[in-house]
Amino acid sequence: MALTETQTPRVNRTVRVVNVSERRRTLTFWERIYLPEVFRGLILTARHFFVNLARHTLNLVGIKTAEPGAATFQYPEVVRPHAPRLRSLHRLVPRPDGTPRCVACMMCETACPAYCISIVAEEVDDPDIEKRPRSFTIDLGRCVFCGFCVEACPEDAIRMDTGITQIASLSRNGMILDIKTLLALKAESEQGGKPVDFLQQQFVS
Amino acid sequence: MGKTQTEKKLTEKAENTLPLEGRHGNNVIITSIDNVLAWARKSSLWPMTFGLACCAIEMMATAASRYDLDRFGMGVMRASPRQCDLMIVAGTVTMKMALRVKRLYDQMPEPKYVLSMGSCATCGGPYWKHGYHVLKGVDQIVPVDVYVAGCPPRPEALLEGMMLLQEKVQREALIGKKLAPMTAG
Repeated sequence: MALTETQTPRVNRTVRVVNVSERRRTLTFWERIYLPEVFRGLILTARHFFVNLARHTLNLVGIKTAEPGAATFQYPEVVRPHAPRLRSLHRLVPRPDGTPRCVACMMCETACPAYCISIVAEEVDDPDIEKRPRSFTIDLGRCVFCGFCVEACPEDAIRMDTGITQIASLSRNGMILDIKTLLALKAESEQGGKPVDFLQQQFVS
Repeated sequence: MGKTQTEKKLTEKAENTLPLEGRHGNNVIITSIDNVLAWARKSSLWPMTFGLACCAIEMMATAASRYDLDRFGMGVMRASPRQCDLMIVAGTVTMKMALRVKRLYDQMPEPKYVLSMGSCATCGGPYWKHGYHVLKGVDQIVPVDVYVAGCPPRPEALLEGMMLLQEKVQREALIGKKLAPMTAG
């Protein structure tokens, strides 16, 4: 039954009135003059400036301080460390003989919400494998990095542990990775060097 | 997509009436000035404050102190397209918003660059197949210079795209830069 105006239950609320001026600290005479407080604030800001300047200078000449001068990660030179569970660029895991573990079951292609994986399967003579991908392409421009393909894979053939997140290209085609590239990628723990070098070759085209 | 006759005419007209394009060959003075101009231009790309979806949050993070876009001279986010060089299309471009994106792009002064950030702007992303309301790629309405992958891209990815754009700006000097073809209507 719908409540009418007269049937609306009344809630008795006790409203506690707080006088704001009671909570406010009474200012001293110098605080009320305001000018010394302004200078206190300026001194604080200036201290941060000079401390950071000193840290920057010390770091510049090679002396490490306890804290860096700025919170900034100087990106191309310093890469911010990320969580081990980060979902980054995909890679295909190879068997010991170098061929992909993938058996072209199309599970990842089906699971992909963005339809960015496309696999063409072919038969192999080995009765243990039966199928393998002839081509395996991932369109990174379309990929949403959800990790569903990794979850779906029954062979643990696709992983997202390369640690490469910085993917940019001048064209849409530059972001389409084929099976060769995906196989050549290594996990972040196995990589020497910076992953950026690899990207420069791949995406700047 | 075939161009209509009007579009073709307009494009030809635009190319023929440009002040510098194709008028000068490569010589010492022109190329040197070109290089300096390109260096100045790439070191002060002002992006437009323009976020469409969650990618905009990462764009803000990139401009904040952890990554500090100002190191590249790009931290000056302008609120008016008239003062911008770079449009970062950060997020899902819906059909309704597409018209506005196009209009904002048209209002920017030349030379102008577009960075498509994230898979939504690049090709519709997760809405690629079943999104009835999403434009399947911002490159259908404006010419995109750099694509950045991710959903949303991490700040590193956006910085990588920015650096790629800087390289591109340095490469294409004043004379070599093709202006955007005019479209009818």
